Order: sequence, then structure tokens, then C-alpha cells
Amino acid sequence: MELAASRLIAADRAAVWAALNDPAVLQAAIPGCSELTGTPEEGFEAVVTQKIGPVKATFRGAVTLSEVVEGESYRIAGEGKGGAAGFAKGGARVRLSDAEGGTQLDYEVEASVGGKLAQLGSRLIDGVARRLADQFFDNLQAQLAPDVAAAEAEAVEVAEAVDEAEAGKETKGWFARLRS
Amino acid sequence: MARDFGIGASSKRREDVRFLTGKGRYTDDFNRPGQTHVAFLRSQVAHGRILSINTAAAEAMPGVLQVFTAADFADAGGLPCGWQVTDRFGNVMQEPKHPVLADGKVRHVGEPIVAVVAETLDQARDAAEAIEVEIEELPAVMDMRAALAEDAPKVHDDLTSNLCFDWGFVEENKAKVGEAFARAHHVTTLDLINNRLVPNPMEPRVALAEYDAAGDSYTLYTTSQNPHVIRLLMGAFVLNIPEHRLRVVAPDVGGGFGAKIYHYAEEAFCTRAAQMVGRPVKWTSTRAEAFMSDAHGRDHVTRIELALDENGKFLALRTDTLANMGAYLSTFAPAVPTWLHGTLMAGNYTTPLIYVNVKAIFTNTVPVDAYRGAGRPEATYQLERVIDKAAREMGIDPIELRRRNFIQPEQFPYQTPVAVVYDTGNYQATMDRVVEMTDYHNFEARRAESAARGKLRGFGIAHYIEACGIAPSNLVGQLGARAGLYESATVRVNATGSITVFTGSHSHGQGHETTFAQVVADMIGIPESQIEIAHGDTANTPMGMGTYGSRSIAVGGSAMVKATNKIIAKAKKIAAHLLEASEGDIELKDGKFSVAGTDRSVDWSGVTLAAYVPHNYPLEDLEPGLEETAFYDPSNFTYPSGAYACEVEVDPDTGKVEILSFAAADDFGNVINPMIVEGQVHGGLAQGIGQALLEVAVYDDEGQLLTGSYMDYAMPRADDLPMYQVDHSCQTPCTHNPLGVKGCGEAGAIGSPPAVVNAVIDALQRGGHDHVTHLDMPLTPSRVWAAMQR
Repeated sequence: MELAASRLIAADRAAVWAALNDPAVLQAAIPGCSELTGTPEEGFEAVVTQKIGPVKATFRGAVTLSEVVEGESYRIAGEGKGGAAGFAKGGARVRLSDAEGGTQLDYEVEASVGGKLAQLGSRLIDGVARRLADQFFDNLQAQLAPDVAAAEAEAVEVAEAVDEAEAGKETKGWFARLRS
Repeated sequence: MARDFGIGASSKRREDVRFLTGKGRYTDDFNRPGQTHVAFLRSQVAHGRILSINTAAAEAMPGVLQVFTAADFADAGGLPCGWQVTDRFGNVMQEPKHPVLADGKVRHVGEPIVAVVAETLDQARDAAEAIEVEIEELPAVMDMRAALAEDAPKVHDDLTSNLCFDWGFVEENKAKVGEAFARAHHVTTLDLINNRLVPNPMEPRVALAEYDAAGDSYTLYTTSQNPHVIRLLMGAFVLNIPEHRLRVVAPDVGGGFGAKIYHYAEEAFCTRAAQMVGRPVKWTSTRAEAFMSDAHGRDHVTRIELALDENGKFLALRTDTLANMGAYLSTFAPAVPTWLHGTLMAGNYTTPLIYVNVKAIFTNTVPVDAYRGAGRPEATYQLERVIDKAAREMGIDPIELRRRNFIQPEQFPYQTPVAVVYDTGNYQATMDRVVEMTDYHNFEARRAESAARGKLRGFGIAHYIEACGIAPSNLVGQLGARAGLYESATVRVNATGSITVFTGSHSHGQGHETTFAQVVADMIGIPESQIEIAHGDTANTPMGMGTYGSRSIAVGGSAMVKATNKIIAKAKKIAAHLLEASEGDIELKDGKFSVAGTDRSVDWSGVTLAAYVPHNYPLEDLEPGLEETAFYDPSNFTYPSGAYACEVEVDPDTGKVEILSFAAADDFGNVINPMIVEGQVHGGLAQGIGQALLEVAVYDDEGQLLTGSYMDYAMPRADDLPMYQVDHSCQTPCTHNPLGVKGCGEAGAIGSPPAVVNAVIDALQRGGHDHVTHLDMPLTPSRVWAAMQR
């Protein structure tokens, strides 16, 4: 599974970089993460509970940072073992750059799963990975710039509601008009 | 006229009464006092080195009795392979050890590494989760061609390569075949894949073992098609338990399809663990475990070439196949792509020169072994596909091309260029029959009607040969079998005339309890209800080789006929004594012994009672009692054949294939129970159509099994299948067994995949998609649709 995307975070580059190296922030941002200990230099130990398709499991594993360019980019890699549920492993290259309104974060993720997760959930991995990445950056945004995040979250909710209401109609709702 | 009794009658399946009322006794229904449960920790990676195993936490968990690793089986043998293939250079195959629990390395996802025996299943599973296994992952060997590269990682470090063997057949013909190709008017070449399948019997595997310390003896209840074979393989080769101390019981078994022939690690584990723990140990496979531990089927990659003259006569055939063995050699794995496959490459045709090359390859996947048809579906598929392609290329009707090359009725017995001798057959007759059944001559009108609805209609034909009734022991011994392939029966007549037949065959859905009783009832002339068929327990049945390869009625039935003839011969002696007549004058008819030409007679029960209450009995000449055992070793294989036709409609918008009709005209020789034969064909067709349209086991590049459940592995359902037309009125009886029977269990799965694929290609071609000359199975909508878009 491979995934690449960009996000605009409403915070300056130094703040985003600090957040990406702070175990407390990372723990709060990683969906389902109940424990994250360690340091950027020594690596982290993480406990994450996730549900992928029919498989729900608690993954324990090590997360390491490498190819670190201070304030600019790193590679984050990890492997989580979920017992009978199987395992997941992967990595992401994360790059920060200054942008209007904050910091642009580009990431490329590659991930693979094994054991029961592969047997039952392999078809679902792409969708799950996308959802988890979105959640992670939403959470990160929420930590760095709570006000902006809250507004965006509300907007998304409204947008979804509107999209449902508008399904099949030609005319655009107020939010869609606003966006275009 | 249809009979209502004995051979030829469609007697209702007596076993169905208990199956349909929930009273079947399957292995999982057995529970023993003090029983414990085992959970296996299985490898989640396809290939890796085991660095450490920490079981301390698991051992301390509630209910845990013992935790086992490979070290506990250090003195045990590996799971043995029952067939040794010699390669085309005269060397024997590479044969790696197959440990009960992974030893040093893991070689496929699902391989058991650690086993936990606990009071309850939940406790065993929880403890298995607490075991820490550190594995250094190694690159997985997945692609068969890449596996043969010089620098490919090796599945087995102690072997020279991933090549199990390189088999050539008939090696002496190789040069002559090449010359024939050089001279040929036309050569048709086809590259194809015979898709990997997961057998999926309805009942998953189960093993329950018990150790009796007082008698130092073991009992294993297991889901097996051949309990004696398991007793021999496990007792003699893995655990060193002599046969008289080991009883193997295979009670009601819910389908096997080959996957329950083999001796599996879990059987040996439970048997050994029962002794070490001192209590019965039970394992019931989950469906997920079945997907990654039952031997898979098929998985061949083939190039086939057919050389023809200007009239379409086949001059020579050449094939080049890569056969996946998986990570270890399952019990009969090496026989499948070789002797069960190469010997059938003549098909129904007079092709004079044939050369088959098969490279068997180890990969980091579940072992592959025989699955319904075993080698013969692979042979039939490639042959019937290449003939269809040749017909199209040469502009000859595919039915006509087959007819031109058929072995003719007067040519039997027919020596093929690939070792076997077909005793009987009439392929023109089965082809005539299927053409009639399908109203082939009006196909064009039906196609036009489909076209008017925007659908592409196609007609596919296939004609198969198979070799059943495996097999003459002396012949298979020369070919590398490490077992004999006779069958046995004991006919025990009770004092009042009822009979129990103990057969070495094993019924796991085939209906032996009904058909075998029909044969004995017919021979003696007593009601079928007087006869009971017992099977599946090494404690009371004579040494038998079990059920697979459509061998039960041809080999097991013949053993039973032999034993019954011994009974009749002795009963006539007793009757002669009772009737004060000479033995030669005694006739047996309708359960009555009479003196020829007189009205003096004694009925069956009068004779049987005399045998067990020998007050008026020739004791000085004849032993009391009436019980006989016979072993039957066939002198040849049997050769069922048949013509299959399939009509499909393809939706050009979605690529979805719908089977509109399927007709099977089989020649099974004599038929004991037409209803059961029809049911066997139905089941085989469902599996063959499943392979053609739906089923495939998929691994990713890292060796993860992606089709590990019914969410991703598509089994055929009722609405995927048409109403079948099944006919077995073309009968050329087998010439060398007493019943004249050939066997019917696998035919449906052998003949149907090429018929379906030929029909779909025909639909696409007639629909204007001329570029589509082949599609690999399964013909899913996405594959068919994508092919149409080019």
C-alpha cells in the first residue's frame, strides 16, 4: 500500500517540527494510540488499538526516526505486532516547507500487513490508511491550532450533511457555492 | 428398465438419514473424558529465521498444561512424502524434512511454530497470544520462475536449489517430438495458468488423540480419507508407534476432495501430546486455519504446443509446466504433476508423439497436493484449451477437430505414447450424446436471440479422459510410490444371515454405505437392508488404502466382490451338505440355494445359521463360521471419459459470465447407483465451474495469503450454477474389474473447466473480440471485461 499527500497546517514550521518530535503530541495525534514513550533519538515504543475490517487488535511496536534533517524532514518507520490479528509495518517520509497560512506537510506512506490482517483485511488497507492519515493530521492540527481545527471540523461536518442532502440534485448548496 | 434393488437401482442414500437429521458422528462430535485443547501459534510471515521463542509467560497462564516447540519433537521424524519422483537425468527428487512444528525457519504463512495445550480452548488461545517469537524475515520465494534463478533465496537452506525435480516424460521421445514439430503444417501454442485452489471441504480438519498408559496404546480420531495410511505414515515415520499400539478412527467425514488424504502435522502433534500431557488432546481447525494449512490444489503454469498436419491430425504434443509444491512436500504432492498428469496428455486422441516436462518448485506457500482430479484436470484443461485454439486457427469446427483425432472404438485396447493402455471407450458416442443433449445444431438461433438482447453467447466443448481406480501396486512401485494401492474388504456374515462388510475404502460423502450394500445384496439376492457397511476404523477394518482418485468402487468394490465370492463359494459347500447334493449342482438365486433341476432348496439364513450352529455340518472338511477377507490389486487403471458442453452468455457491459446450460455425457462403464453417480457429477461440476469462474488463492509478493476467508475466496453458490444435464447412458464397461466399473467421483471437476473457458472465448470471438484467444481462470467479470476493452 502506498499513499502520498500534502496537508497545510496552520502553524509555523518550527511549531510543526516540534510537534512531530514530541511524544505527547504524537500520542494524542495517532488514532487509537494509548501509549507512546521514548525520545526522537532513541526511538519510541507505541501501543495502538485499531479496527481494520473485521479485525480489531492492539498493536505494540517500536517507532524509529531516521534521515532527520532538523526542522525540515524525517523518515518515520515502525512495526506493530497485534498478536493473533497479525502485524502491520510501514514507514513515511515527511517533509515540511513554509507556505502561505502555515506549513505545508508532504508525506509518502508505504505500509504492509501480515497474518490475519492480510487474510481478512487486505482489501480494506488502502481506505483505512487514508482515513488514519487524515485523522492523524486533523488531530495534529487540533493540537497546534485548536481554533482553526475546530472550524474546519465543523465545516466538514456541515459539508457532509449538505452533500447527503444534495445527492442527486443539480443545484449546489451554500457551502458548495462558497467552496467553488 | 430402472431397477429398484441391487446393482443399477437408484437406492436412496441410507447415510443421509443421519446426516440430514443432525445425527452424523463427525470427529468434532467426539469428546473424551479429561480432554484438553490445543491452540497453534502459526507463522504470520512467509519466510524467516526463528531467532528466539519465549514461552515463559504462556506457561504461567491459567489452565495451561504444556507448551510445545520443535525441541519437543527433536526425536520425531518429519511428515513423510509417499511418492519419490526420479528426474529426467535419473536423480531422485530433492526431499526436505517437514517438521511437525517449525524448526529453525518458518516457510509459509500458517506453519505451526508453537502449540499450547490447556484445559479449555480459550485458555490455549490466550496463552498462544502471550508467546513471543522473534523472527528475522527473509525474502519470500513466491514466483516459480524467479525461484529457479541462481541467486534466488532458498526455501530450504540444505537443498541445492528450489527445484524439487525436473521431470521429462517420455524422455526418449523428446527429440522425435521436436522433429515432428519442425515438419508440422501448423503449430498452436498456448500459455496458461491452472489457478491455485483452496479445497474447502464443509467440515474443517479435526484431530483428537488419546493415550492409554495401561496398554501403552494410542487412539487418534481424525478427519481422514484413509485412516490406515495415516496410521502407517504417522506410526512408522513420525512418532515410531507400532501399528498394534495405534488405532486411527475416521468417522463421518464431511467432504475431503483430496485435502484429507494427507498426513498433517496437527495429527502427529495431538497424538504425541496426548502421551506427554497424559490426557486426550483435541484440535478443531478454524476456517481461517483451514485456508492456510489444508494442502492447496493445482497451481501449474504451462506452455503447451500442438503440432498438426494440413487435415488437422495431431502429430505431436509438447508441454512445459512449472508445478508449485509449496514449502514442503505433502503426502502425494510429487505424483500429481507427474504420473497423474503426464500419463493423461494423450487425452482421447491418437497423438503419436508426446513430451511433457515438469519442473516442481518449492515456494513459501502452503504445500500443494491432489485436489479432486489431481493432475488430470491440469492435463485435460491444457489439452482441451489448445485443441480449441488450434481449431479456431485452422478454421475447423472444434467438435469436428476432436472427432478427427479420437481413438476409434475398434482401436481398444489402446496403447498411448505416454505409458498407459486404455482398455475401453467410445468417444464418438459420448460426443454424439452431448451434441444431442445440447441441441448444438440450433445454437446459432440461440446466439442471435442473445445478440438481440445485447448479450454475447458462446458454446464450449471439452472431452476428457481420466485414469481412476488407482492403482496396480507393482506399476506404481516402479513409478516411485512408496505404498501399495490395493484395497481390502472383510465380509462378515452373521448367524441369522445379516452381513457386515468392513471395507478399507472410506466414505466422506460418496455414499458407499448405500452402493456397496447394493452390490452385495445383488450378488446374494437378499435385501439391501440386511447389509451394513463399516469403514473408517483401523481397529476393525482390514488394511486399506482409502478413498481418492475415484478408486472406491473400482478397487474397494472389487475387493468386496472377491470376498463375497469366497463367501458364496463356502456357503454353497454348506448348502450342498444340508441338501445332500454335490456342490457343483448348487445354484444361488434370490437368496436361495437350490439343487439344479430339483425343488430342493435351503434359504440364505438356513445356510448362515448352520455355519455358526454347526450341528449338521461337514466339520471335518469345512471350518465353521462365514467370514472372508479379500485384497484386490487392480491390473490396470480404469479410464472414464466424457463429453462436456457449456453454453454461456457474457454481458459486454460488465464482463459477467452466466452459464445458461451445462451438459455432461459420461462413460463410467457400469453404474451401480445412477442417482448417486448423478450427484457425484453434480458436485464435481460445481467445483470445476468454481475453478473456471470464481476461485483462486492469491498471495502477495511477501507471501501473505490475501484470500484467507470467504470474503475474498469465492466459492460457487447455487445461483452461480445452472441446472445440469447429466447422462451416463454411454457405457463401455471396464474389462479388468469384476463389476465393469470405472469411477465417477472426479469427472465433473476434470471436464468442466475447459468447457466453460472454451465457451467464454467462443462468446467473445463470436462477439467480435477476435483478439481474445485465451483468458486465465477464474473468468471474473473484471478479467473478461478488461480483455474486451483492448
